[in-house]
Amino acid sequence: MAAQLLEIRWHGRGGQGAKTAAQLLAEAAAAAGKFIQGFPEYGPERMGAPVQAFTRISDRPIWLHCQITEPGIVVVLDPTLLRRGDITRGLRQEGLILINSDQQPSVIKRALDQNYRVCTVDASRIAKETIGRAIPNTPLLGALIRVAEIIPLERLLAETERKLARRFADRPEIVSGNLVAVRRAYEEVEDG
Amino acid sequence: MQERIALTGNEAMALALKQINPDVVAAYPITPATEIVQLFSSYAANGMVKTEFVAVESEHSALSAVLGASAAGARALTATSSQGLAYMFEVLYIAASYRLPLVMPVVNRALSGPINIHGDHSDSMGVRDAGWIQIYAEDTQEAYDNLIQAVRIAEDPAVQLPVMVCIDGFIISHALENLEIMADEKVQEFVGPFTPRRPSLLDLDHPVTVGPLALFDYYMEIKRGQAEAMRKAKPVIKEVGQEYGRWSGRKYSFLEPYQLAEAEIAVVVLSSTAGTTRVVVDELRQQGIRAGLLKPRVYRPFPQQEIKAALGHLKAIAVLDRADSFDGFGGPLYKDIRAALYEVPDRPRIINYIFGLGGRDVGLDDIRSVYDDLAQVAAGEAPEFSIRYLGVREEAL
Repeated sequence: MAAQLLEIRWHGRGGQGAKTAAQLLAEAAAAAGKFIQGFPEYGPERMGAPVQAFTRISDRPIWLHCQITEPGIVVVLDPTLLRRGDITRGLRQEGLILINSDQQPSVIKRALDQNYRVCTVDASRIAKETIGRAIPNTPLLGALIRVAEIIPLERLLAETERKLARRFADRPEIVSGNLVAVRRAYEEVEDG
Repeated sequence: MQERIALTGNEAMALALKQINPDVVAAYPITPATEIVQLFSSYAANGMVKTEFVAVESEHSALSAVLGASAAGARALTATSSQGLAYMFEVLYIAASYRLPLVMPVVNRALSGPINIHGDHSDSMGVRDAGWIQIYAEDTQEAYDNLIQAVRIAEDPAVQLPVMVCIDGFIISHALENLEIMADEKVQEFVGPFTPRRPSLLDLDHPVTVGPLALFDYYMEIKRGQAEAMRKAKPVIKEVGQEYGRWSGRKYSFLEPYQLAEAEIAVVVLSSTAGTTRVVVDELRQQGIRAGLLKPRVYRPFPQQEIKAALGHLKAIAVLDRADSFDGFGGPLYKDIRAALYEVPDRPRIINYIFGLGGRDVGLDDIRSVYDDLAQVAAGEAPEFSIRYLGVREEAL
């Protein structure tokens, strides 16, 4: 099962959309015919507090109903969380870290104790320029599906549009902004 | 043709509720069950269901309102969790004694205190003897399927009892998973129209009394009738599970065994943790260890004969309880399973773990440690013990 099971842990701060990203990726993978789980860790809910969310994707039905303790991928929505030291906890040796950062992957890599594959994308800047607010979750999704080759870009765009169109029915500019953000991050992600 | 989609457990139950399209839903929000009735209230407000939605001021009132609606001849449902279920306590017994076919999703959550919003079974285990049928779901698919079947079970003329459909709070209620859903009209056809088994309270030409005083003259006959209805529920639950299988391709019964027939050691566990356990069984089988799993789906009525037949041949069994009885003897599921095996000659050794209280995560290593203990108990290298706590920091007591 392990070889076919992709486990992703999302680190963000309350309000940055970690839960939405974890679930949106799961929904997009489900639409592509995969078996999925998407779930947040619910602690005390406070804006700005560190939060985690999780995505599992597999070619087979997923039976596990426990937290992800040994992820293959870690996505960091807020670069200030790097200082906390729990970002790489349990990350597999061949693991991948994708970080919302304006730094080059080599700079981040030097700060980590192990030789993980590090990718960066300036998701906050992209979000500000395209959506008007620094909500980094959808651009990170665009970057993630590229570097981890999870699902095709068009599938993610279609699912993002479907999901956001429901939530922002009266604000179509938010939907279109997010779609541009996904596409730009897909293009701009730096793979170290 | 069924559609395969991705929903959370709460969304799946809200969808099933919409497809059932009951006459009355009365509800009061409580984490983690809130979403079920919140989503449903929007279906009602948007005219997607014909339901009369009653927003009440407490869970006690929610259950009282659906009780009244049901007695008046309506198909009525509510949903709750934890403190909400505790607040319903007295009405639960009344609904069962009135023989009202109510259906209620219970999103399992720890009872206070300390205050905790996460999943364990202390709420529904606390009312296991209230006279309600209890069905536990492993995942979002079963949450959806069990809720639809519950309507048929509750309303069967031989049963006429309320049903709780339990799912693990957050672990299932808030987790997005794949599931197959039936078309609205298929669900409508499966549950059928609601036909009350006695004249409604509003039928003035055929007056009936609901909720009379019954002292030493009739109280015991009424209770005996409830016990009989629970006994008669067993064949109905089985039939409905089989018929649902013909409709959906997913057949249900009292128990779901996994690799059990050839097993020497096995874990018995309800709900979502059964899935995690199944992964460990596969691992152990690859190592040549004859491990198995039994997931009870129906806890009330208690499927004693089926459990005896499923577990009697084993060398050792570990029962995992997500609720404690605080009696120094063991959790509720453990004691029931242990009692069910009393008549088995050369019966298995049986041990008990309390796990996952207040949502404490139970991972693969925890389950592996249970099977390690089981192997030793089966080999006679370790004593049979009645209660151990899984994943707890004993030094932090």
